[in-house]
Amino acid sequence: MSENGDRIAPGKGLLDGLAVTFKTMTRRSTTQQYPDVEPDLPPRSRGVIALLEENCTVCMLCARECPDWCIYIDSHKEEVVVPGAARARQRNVLDKFDIDFSLCMYCGICIEVCPFDALHWTPEFEYAETDVLSLLHDKDRLGEWMRTVPPPPAHDVLGEPSKEEATAARKAAGPGAATAAKTARPASVRATPSRPAQEVEPAPEPEQ
Amino acid sequence: MPLWLDLLIRVAAVMVGFLVLPLVVGQAEHKVMAHMQGRVGPMYAGAFHGWAQLIADGVKFVQKEDITPRDADRTVFRLAPIVALFPYLVVILTIPLGPNLVAQSLDIGLFLVLAVLGIGVVAVLMSAWASANKYSLLGGVRGAAQLLGYELPLVLAAASVAMAAGTLSLPGIVEAWQPWWLLWQAPAALVFFIAGLAEIRRPPFDMPIADSELVFGYMTEYTGLRFAFFLLAEYVGIVVIAALTTVLFLGGWHGPFEEQLGWLWTLLKIFALSFVIIWFRVSYPRLREDQLQRLCWLILVPVALAQLVLTAAVKAAL
Repeated sequence: MSENGDRIAPGKGLLDGLAVTFKTMTRRSTTQQYPDVEPDLPPRSRGVIALLEENCTVCMLCARECPDWCIYIDSHKEEVVVPGAARARQRNVLDKFDIDFSLCMYCGICIEVCPFDALHWTPEFEYAETDVLSLLHDKDRLGEWMRTVPPPPAHDVLGEPSKEEATAARKAAGPGAATAAKTARPASVRATPSRPAQEVEPAPEPEQ
Repeated sequence: MPLWLDLLIRVAAVMVGFLVLPLVVGQAEHKVMAHMQGRVGPMYAGAFHGWAQLIADGVKFVQKEDITPRDADRTVFRLAPIVALFPYLVVILTIPLGPNLVAQSLDIGLFLVLAVLGIGVVAVLMSAWASANKYSLLGGVRGAAQLLGYELPLVLAAASVAMAAGTLSLPGIVEAWQPWWLLWQAPAALVFFIAGLAEIRRPPFDMPIADSELVFGYMTEYTGLRFAFFLLAEYVGIVVIAALTTVLFLGGWHGPFEEQLGWLWTLLKIFALSFVIIWFRVSYPRLREDQLQRLCWLILVPVALAQLVLTAAVKAAL
């Protein structure tokens, strides 16, 4: 104010300050009663990490990519004899899958790199312990968190179709068909465009 | 009624007021400050909206270790909180709630009150020096400068109203009070209230305990119950300053049905002023040391002196 040379009545700032605090007092407070009322978390909140053991192939990608090296994996190989097959197959069996949450920095790289969707974020955040050693979650405990993993968000109806969808549509159309991925989109979705109407409009005249 | 019973009742009543009113004000501060900041404040202690928070705090303070620093001047260090608390107890003794509702009516009540309030600076200096801590010392020196400075406008403003009423007795001043004094004595009331705020070192005048630079000023080394005494002194101070402003400038028990409900009017005015004190704390940043002294010597003292002249002129004219 004073830098602009505007003169304001002396003491106006003081009264304004009082008015602000009084107005705030008459409004409802924004406090969330957390332990009594569960917080309403967004679906992609990062709490603890859950393990879907059946999906894990012990590829070790997560353990190798972990910047904190807080994932410990042990496994052994088992022979699987399939009747009718020429020879027995080998399969990795998970013995140990531990995540040390006292080291974890919740970067989510393990979840990103997992090729088989064995690791998931869950929004559960109340797993504090009085003993730091209890923060090492073994594979059973990590498996229990799977119950709390929310279903994955629906695909964006206006987004690009997945690679699988596009390929399937191209195959169905036969050789020589248009390769544009967008043709694979279902007609029902394309029937209600929201953007093209704007694109038709002439660009507004530049002002001045 | 025998003398000893009379005395006992009076002392008990003062003690009850001394312990209950600050708790009410403190709890109100918790809640009002929280809501002014969009929070809800304490909610758990006691069942309803955390009403027992300060009692729980008291229990907590009692449990804490009572530490005296090794290099401290032990006796002085330990005495300081009591010296800080005691003057307010004496002041409460002389504050009239209703027409005949006063623990001890004194002809020189105002004189005693102002004299006793001045002891606060001794407590600040005692705790500051005895703590053997440079932050405490800095806070104490700031506190002394502030308390000595603001003593002057406080006394001048009180002198104005005493002159207007023609008496130094607190009930006498309330008796003589007329509603139009609200206008006539308004500058003195304002000066008295602001100087009073500085006397009890409440924000925005909490330079001596500026926690971001001096840790906690002269209270830095205090723990447990002694620290609680300092805090209690602060809240009793709020009650005392609000009560004195009420009695001197806002007409004490005057109001509708003052014969029956006089004490209620006094309490109501005291709590309204306490609310304003809390409101100031939430709204204003701490004054810088030079701003603090400037406000005292360049604004409050001249205003109080001008009010004295005005009071004298009006008294002479009437």
